[in-house]
Formats: sequence, structure tokens, C-alpha cells
Amino acid sequence: MDFTLKVWRQKNAKSKGHFETYQVKNISPDSSFLEMMDILNEQLIHEGMDPVAVDRGCQSSGPVSFDHDCREGICGACSLYINGRAHGPDDEVTTCQLHMRKFKDGDTITVEPWRSNGFPVIKDLVVDRKAFDKILQAGGFISVGTGGVPDGNTILISHETAEESMDGAACIGCGACVATCKNGSAMLFVAARVSSLALLPQGRVEAAKRAKAMVAKMDELGFGSCTNTRACEMECPKHVTVSHIARLNREFLCAKFKD
Amino acid sequence: MAEKLISKIPEGPLSEKWTKHKSQLRVVNPGNKRKLEIIVIGTGLGGASAAASLGELGYNVKVFCISDSPRRAHSIAAQGGINAAKNYQNDNDSVYRLFYETIKGGDYRSREANVYRLAEVSGNIIDQCVAQGVPFAREYGGMLANRSFGGAQVSRTFYARGQTGQQLLLGAYAALNRQIAEGTVTSYPRHEMLDIVLINGEAKGIIARNLVTGEIERFGAHAVVIASGGYGNTYFLSTNAMNSNGSAAWQCFKKGAYFANPCFAQIHPTCIPVHGDQQSKLTLMSESLRNDGRIWVPKKMEDVMRLRRKEVKPSDIPEEDRDYYLERRYPAFGNLVPRDVASRAAKERCDAGYGVNETGLAVFLDFSTAIKRLGVEKIRERYGNLFQMYQKITDTDPYKEPMMIYPAIHYTMGGLWVDYNLQTTIPGLYAIGEANFSDHGGNRLGASALMQGLADGYFILPYTIGDYLATQFKNPKTDTNAPEFDAAEKAVREKIDRLMSIKGHHTVDELHKKLGHIMWEYVGMARNEEGLKKAIELIRELRKEFWSDVYVAGDKDNFNQELEKALRLADFLEIGELMARDALHRKESCGGHFREEMQTEDGETKRDDKNFMYVAAWEYKGADEEPELHKEPLVYENIKIATRNYKD
Repeated sequence: MDFTLKVWRQKNAKSKGHFETYQVKNISPDSSFLEMMDILNEQLIHEGMDPVAVDRGCQSSGPVSFDHDCREGICGACSLYINGRAHGPDDEVTTCQLHMRKFKDGDTITVEPWRSNGFPVIKDLVVDRKAFDKILQAGGFISVGTGGVPDGNTILISHETAEESMDGAACIGCGACVATCKNGSAMLFVAARVSSLALLPQGRVEAAKRAKAMVAKMDELGFGSCTNTRACEMECPKHVTVSHIARLNREFLCAKFKD
Repeated sequence: MAEKLISKIPEGPLSEKWTKHKSQLRVVNPGNKRKLEIIVIGTGLGGASAAASLGELGYNVKVFCISDSPRRAHSIAAQGGINAAKNYQNDNDSVYRLFYETIKGGDYRSREANVYRLAEVSGNIIDQCVAQGVPFAREYGGMLANRSFGGAQVSRTFYARGQTGQQLLLGAYAALNRQIAEGTVTSYPRHEMLDIVLINGEAKGIIARNLVTGEIERFGAHAVVIASGGYGNTYFLSTNAMNSNGSAAWQCFKKGAYFANPCFAQIHPTCIPVHGDQQSKLTLMSESLRNDGRIWVPKKMEDVMRLRRKEVKPSDIPEEDRDYYLERRYPAFGNLVPRDVASRAAKERCDAGYGVNETGLAVFLDFSTAIKRLGVEKIRERYGNLFQMYQKITDTDPYKEPMMIYPAIHYTMGGLWVDYNLQTTIPGLYAIGEANFSDHGGNRLGASALMQGLADGYFILPYTIGDYLATQFKNPKTDTNAPEFDAAEKAVREKIDRLMSIKGHHTVDELHKKLGHIMWEYVGMARNEEGLKKAIELIRELRKEFWSDVYVAGDKDNFNQELEKALRLADFLEIGELMARDALHRKESCGGHFREEMQTEDGETKRDDKNFMYVAAWEYKGADEEPELHKEPLVYENIKIATRNYKD
């Protein structure tokens, strides 16, 4: 398969970015999107090695930087806004699990970084998601130290509750929800954690405090507010639903009433 | 120099060793802990749990990871579960049974005392994780659920769907976040350790590259903990994450830490087969699938050919024409034999010509029997995310047709040599999790990597490191202006400058793929003397080619993923050689190390306990010098050594 790629290039956080257009050829339909990007990069590096090509202005910025790691949809490192959709046209997958068979031969594909106030660009398609760590540091945990805990089976949790908690815990922290939200809100990310922990007896104790602290940190870090468009759940690669946002709101409001 | 290999295994009965040892370890009082600094490299299960636990104790911890967040570490990708000897199923599990099965699974090449301790603390790990809010699978009555795993005769694996590693890591990461918020731990994401700094022969700091700015930075401490995982990516294609690498451990080796059993690499039987040369990595399908999946190839060659030509679907092959070769060869364990055994059996069938895809390198993993027995919904609940992943990657529906699988490199049992305290041969330098060598011998059992990472990080290192730090609290903060830091930083800068200035003709990935081919061909699932000698020669040539003809794009004072890869490949090119050298010297077959010269009549591994019942610990002797082999004899006082038998 052959493709035309329009890729966002940006030298660093301070410089202004722009699109560059590249051609890639003979891509296997079984290749993943990131494998296609690897092939583009090999091509760009070879062009950079060739002084004649460089003279022709063939290559100006070297290989394209993008975050990636596990390439099996679980680490949450890969991002990419592909043809206007976070993680591209397939549903419930991350970019690393998107395969080229989902495109048509000859397609033009636009590739951009996540765009959000909360995630400044570091280089090309790589963004800084430190804000997510900071939100979790504000309270996304149960305050328990190592050791001195009771036997696992002393805390009974119904099958359904454990499964529901797991639905929220499945969040991979990729940031697709933020990138998709027109307000740049991190509500789904925050809600997934708050709700997953609040459902469990161990997490109930600090549920209200946790909700308040994480929402306050999210606001402080420049994420927008939630206006219930539900775009986030449409693009979440792990199918985290807005029911978690409802649960977060409940925790948050209860906590505020008590204040 | 053999006196460096002092394992410090405590005297006394096996079940009392750890308790007794703990009572004799020195402790640091709370006031003095505040004066002590510890560097932790890596934030997987080992690193995150250690950093969090050490922070809770009151030490000042600096934790480093190469990703944008500690949560990305590759422990996140572990699917199936974590073992613990809880005996919740009343199936006669015990600490001893978990210990015994782990030693046996490792083909009698791990230390009794370490493995027993691992089994002993396994139950605490589950309790800890539950308290942290890990949503383990539950029975309808609210109790924790278990599943079975390869190499075990009881059901002791705890799980959270097919995302157990993710959930355990999020638990450890949450504990870490809590400490970061409290200020006991400082996190340095997107930082890569490029050298270890020794002062008076003791580990006192690191040189790291800030991966965003390219700056070379110095960090001092009273002790350093390596939790950077394994070196499976030496093979280029593996189930490891793209950025997983052996470099941190390798710098320690080059500064004098011994490297143990490098040839013990695990080849996992159930991975999605290679589709072509554009492939960047291999995807694992959890071993837990072997609970309900049956592995087979056709009995008749004509069926194989028809399958390859896609004239028939696998489900068209009648039951009587299927060869469930694991059930046939290993009636007692069937599809749940250990990984090394299952991998070799798949290779044996494919080598005989019965591989079922176009490349001839695939076997079936079939769920039709289980779906008939349990219904689609039950299977979806157990493995839904794995089935979805398989479908997305291969475009076939495993609910209707069997999966195709093939073995791939997955884990490295070898690693930095450590004593019972998890200290390397360099004082003050510790190694935990996959980065050390100690618990899995020649083959790791499924669901034991998570157990070991968390055992080391939560319950072992926080005790043992105190014994060393108790000698350090009078020492002031490490001065990063010391000449040792100057020298280490200078060497790092020179290495980077040299790489950037080569401007050759091959990309880093091209050379890495070449290395991968050599490794898979000669240091892969089956090895022999001639091939291993050839591998050493080829790797040396490739290393020369790398240092004279690699092209590293971009510049060093910037975010530069090509430079990151080049620095890691420089080390893989040395690690690969040591792996081949170790495999060459170990003239026996054991666990994942299969020497073709040493097999039984029916193709099983043949150990040589008389000559090789030891840990091979290699000492660095300089670039292009042969490393020196040291031997730590393995003494089995409690287990009767036997030939592994999964047949009856």
C-alpha cells in the first residue's frame, strides 16, 4: 500500500510547528501504524545520509519523533491524532494497535500530536503529559504503606463491584480523552481513577478527599471543564465510559456539601 | 577474585533462614534515614515498589525512568497473573510447594534459599496489593479468584482480567505517587542512566542523560538500586517494549559487577507469529490462555498444505486429524507444561513441517472445546481483552477460528549477580526484579515475574539495604564534583560524541535487526557449539561495523530517539556476545538453554549436574578482552535433584 503523509514537525516547545508531506510505499496492510512510521523514519534517515538529497532540500528535519513503547496497547505511551481522531480511525485501540488495513491504498493521512493546553509539545508528535502524574500525586492513591495490612480475603468485594472497578482501572493514561475534548478537559482520566477506587471498600475511606484534591489539581494545571459532550468516551481506547464521570461528580458534590 | 561470590545464604533450616537473617540485619534509625540518599533506576514493579517502600521508611529516594511517566514501565504489559501460595483453593498449596515448583520449573539452576524466601513472602504481596485497591478478580461470594498456570499443579495465580501487570504496577505507581507528594521521593522521568559512578569501589551515583534536553547530569547517593529489567531486546524482535534495554545493568557490569547466567533467556510459547520484515515487535498472548486453549497442528501433511493455501479453515479439520501434541507428549501437564517445554515442542512440530501459516512457523491455540464447555460469555469474561487484541492485530476472530501462535523471546532469567541481600559484587549497588539473576534458574514459571519484582521491592530490599546503609549514615552527601564523577561524565560525553561523528551508512535499526537475526539463529531456541562460535564471530564483526558505519541522525543536545537507540544498541552488541559465550561454555541443556548436543532420545533437555550445577558469573576484563568466568556452586539441601518430568 502507498500513502501520502502530512506530518506535524516542531523542533521544540518554543519553536513554531508546520506540516511536512512525505510519501511512503510498499507498506504491508498487516503493518501497524507505528511500523509505517518506522519505515518513514528509516527513509528520512537515509535521505539525511545522502548529501545530494539534502542539497535538493529533500529532508530538513530528520526522523519524526513520537512516543511509543509496549506496542501492544497497554503502556499508554503512544498518542497521535490521525485524520482528526485520537488514535486514528479504528475503535477501542491505541495507535500502536491500529493497522494499515484500516486505510485505503493511496490515502492521504494527517498526523498531529495531542493538542491541549495541558500537554505542551516537546518535539514533533511528542507531548509532555507530566500533568497526569501530578493529578495522581494529588490523591490518586489509597494511603496505605508497605506491610501491616490484613489478609486479602478479609475484604470481601462482590464480583460485580470488582469488575466495575476494573473498568475504570483499565485507563492507560494516554490522554486521548483530553486531546479529543473540545474543552481540553481531563475529566474522564480523573473520573476513572476516582471512581475505580471509590467503588472498593479500601478506597471509600478517602473517596471524598480524593475527588476534591484531584479535581482541584486538574483545574490548577490548565485543563478545561467538562460540558458532557461525551466525546472522550467515544475515543477512549480502553472503553472507559462517562458513567465514571457521573460517579466522580457524585463524590465531588457530596464532598462540597459537607464543606 | 572468586571470594567476591559470597552468597551470604544464612545457616539453618530453610524455612527459618529469612526470619533469622532479618533479625540479624542492621537497621538505620529514623533520624539517620533522613540523611541517606538512594537512587533507584527503573519504575517497573521492582523499581516502583522499592522506591515507594524506601520513601515510606524515610530515606531520600531519587527514582529514574526513561519513559514520560513511571507508569509506562514494561511490567504494565504482563497479562496473566501473579502467583502466591495462599492455598485459598484448598488444593494443598503451600510455601513449600510453590518453592519446589519454582526450583523444578527453573530446572535446578536457582538458589534454594532465595526461592524459598520468594514463596514465603508471596502471600504478603497479594494482601499488599488488595490494600492498595488493585481490583483482582473475585468469586461471586466476594473472595479472591484464582486460575492455573504452566508448570504448577495447583491453582494459585491471582489476576485482574488479562491486565494483571497493569493493575499491580498502577498499585505500586500509586504508592510511589503518594511518596512523591510527600517529598520523600523525587521522580526523574525521561532520564536515562548512562553510567554508574564508584567512589572507593562503592556505588555512589550515576550519570544520566536528560532525554528532553540532551543534558548530561550527575546524581549522587549513598546506594544505587538497579531495577531496569532484562535484555531480551538483544534479539530485536521480542515481546519486550521497544525501549526496554539492558544498558543500565551493562554499565554496572563494565564497572565490575558480575553478570550471571546471561544465556538463560526465556522463549514464550504463545506469541502472535511474525508477519513480515516490517515488523517492529512481537505480541504476547498470555499463558493463561493455555488454561482453556488446546494447542495442535494437523496430523496429516495434506491438511497442513491446504491450510497454508487457505483452502480450508482450521475449524474444518476433524478432531481425529488433529495432533494435540502437548497432550500427547506430556499427559500429566498437557497444555500447561512450562514455557520452555511448550516452546520447544512447537519448534519440533514446525521443524517437522507441520507449521500452519504461510511461513510454516505457527501452531494453533484452539478454544472451541472450552467454548462448548463454558459458553462464549465465560470465555469473554476470562480473556476478552486478549481476544480483542488478537483480532485487532491479525484480523481473525478467535471465538470462531483458533489463534495462531509461535514462540518468541520474552524474558531473561540471567542478570546481575546478587547475594542473598540482593547486593551485586559492587558494595552499595543492588539489583532487583528481572535485572538480577537469582530466582528463576534456567526457566521462569508463568506469573512469577510479577511475584519476584514485588517481593524484591516491597519486602526484601527495604530490609537488606538497611544493612549496608547502617554503615553509611556517618558519611556526608556524595559530592558530585568528585573526580570520579568528572571521569564518568567525560567518558559518557566521549561515547556520545563518537557515535554522533561516525555518520556512516546504516541506520541504528538496520544494525539492530542484523544482530537480532544472528541471535535468533544461533543463540535462540536451539544452540550448538559451531553455531555459538559463529555467533561470537559475527557479533564482533557487526560491532565493528556499528562503530565505523552507523548513522545517528539529529543532534545530541536535543530530544533524539535515534541517539537513545544507538547507545542501547552499542550495549546489546556486547550483551549478545556474552550470551553466546555463556551458552557456549554451558555444555548441557537446561531450562530455556537447549544445546542440541545434549538431549535425550525423545528430544528433552539433558542436564549435566555433575559439571554444571553452578551459577556462571562473568567478570568484565576490558573491551574486546575475554571476560573471566567465576562459579558459584548451587547446593541443594532440601530438594532432591531429579530430571524434570511433565509426562507422568
